[in-house]
Amino acid sequence: MTPRVAIVVFPGSNCEQDVLQAFACLGIRAEYVWHHVTDLGGFDAVVLPGGFSYGDYLRTGAIAAFSPVMDAVREYADDGGLVIGICNGFQILCEAGLLPGALRFNAGLKFICRPVKVRVETCDSPFTSQARPGEIFEIPINHFQGNYYCPPEVLAALTAEHRIAFRYEGNPNGSAGDVAGVLSEGRNVLGMMPHPERAVDPAVGGTDGRIIFKSMMAAARGIRVRAVR
Amino acid sequence: MEPVRFAVAVDVMPKDGISDPQGQTIERALPSLGFANVHDVRVGKRIELVVEAPDAEVAEAVVRAACVRFLANPVIEDFTVSLPHPVGGPAA
Repeated sequence: MTPRVAIVVFPGSNCEQDVLQAFACLGIRAEYVWHHVTDLGGFDAVVLPGGFSYGDYLRTGAIAAFSPVMDAVREYADDGGLVIGICNGFQILCEAGLLPGALRFNAGLKFICRPVKVRVETCDSPFTSQARPGEIFEIPINHFQGNYYCPPEVLAALTAEHRIAFRYEGNPNGSAGDVAGVLSEGRNVLGMMPHPERAVDPAVGGTDGRIIFKSMMAAARGIRVRAVR
Repeated sequence: MEPVRFAVAVDVMPKDGISDPQGQTIERALPSLGFANVHDVRVGKRIELVVEAPDAEVAEAVVRAACVRFLANPVIEDFTVSLPHPVGGPAA
């Protein structure tokens, strides 16, 4: 059966089409889900795409974190469902408390939009299972607030638990521990600042991002999700 | 008791020890404008609210709850809440 993928669209999201296209590259037709949806049962994976949800007012992701769909995302994640937050999606997951830490303004106060190199730190996750440990991906970043912070003891714990999925090679934004992507305790929620959905086509920026979506779909086939009501 | 309108201000600041790129950038710019002896610049934000509550204590508690849950991010920010003071106009 073809996996069902939900792409959550908030007012101000702007990467949902790129994510749709990334899954299309794998032959999967993902579906947009509006931020008012309160049940994500029946989906094999949920994506929080990048953008500027609610205009980035107050703090990036702060208002989206309280939108109705986030209760459904929390429930879905608690049930073991796969959730990936990319860029603004990562910021939302942190603000919602589904991932530890916060994203600050980039050190140097520049909006950065360029491909960066990230190292795969763990393959023990449904998002990186198809990669090799230590593998270097070139994936674009596109953010003003991507400077990851968590308290030193939390960073130490994340490292010890192999929950740092990706680290930057050459830290572009000041992130603590060069962190580019973080896993939840259950390893079924990933937040990352780089945009893998913008690295799925050899004509535009390479295909290094595909492996993340491929890994997710391989995992999704093995995960039992709650049936649609 | 009739609710009263209280004006409350919240100051949200980056926590001590958390880098503040805006503050740093401003600090670096100051000497070139002739302000040579200015240090430790930190940039935060001020949020002003009007709260309807039976008394100032309740008004402050409401705003504090909003800060903890929403107005500030406890991972990177601290907040202070001003003493609520009654403002004119009838409660809605």
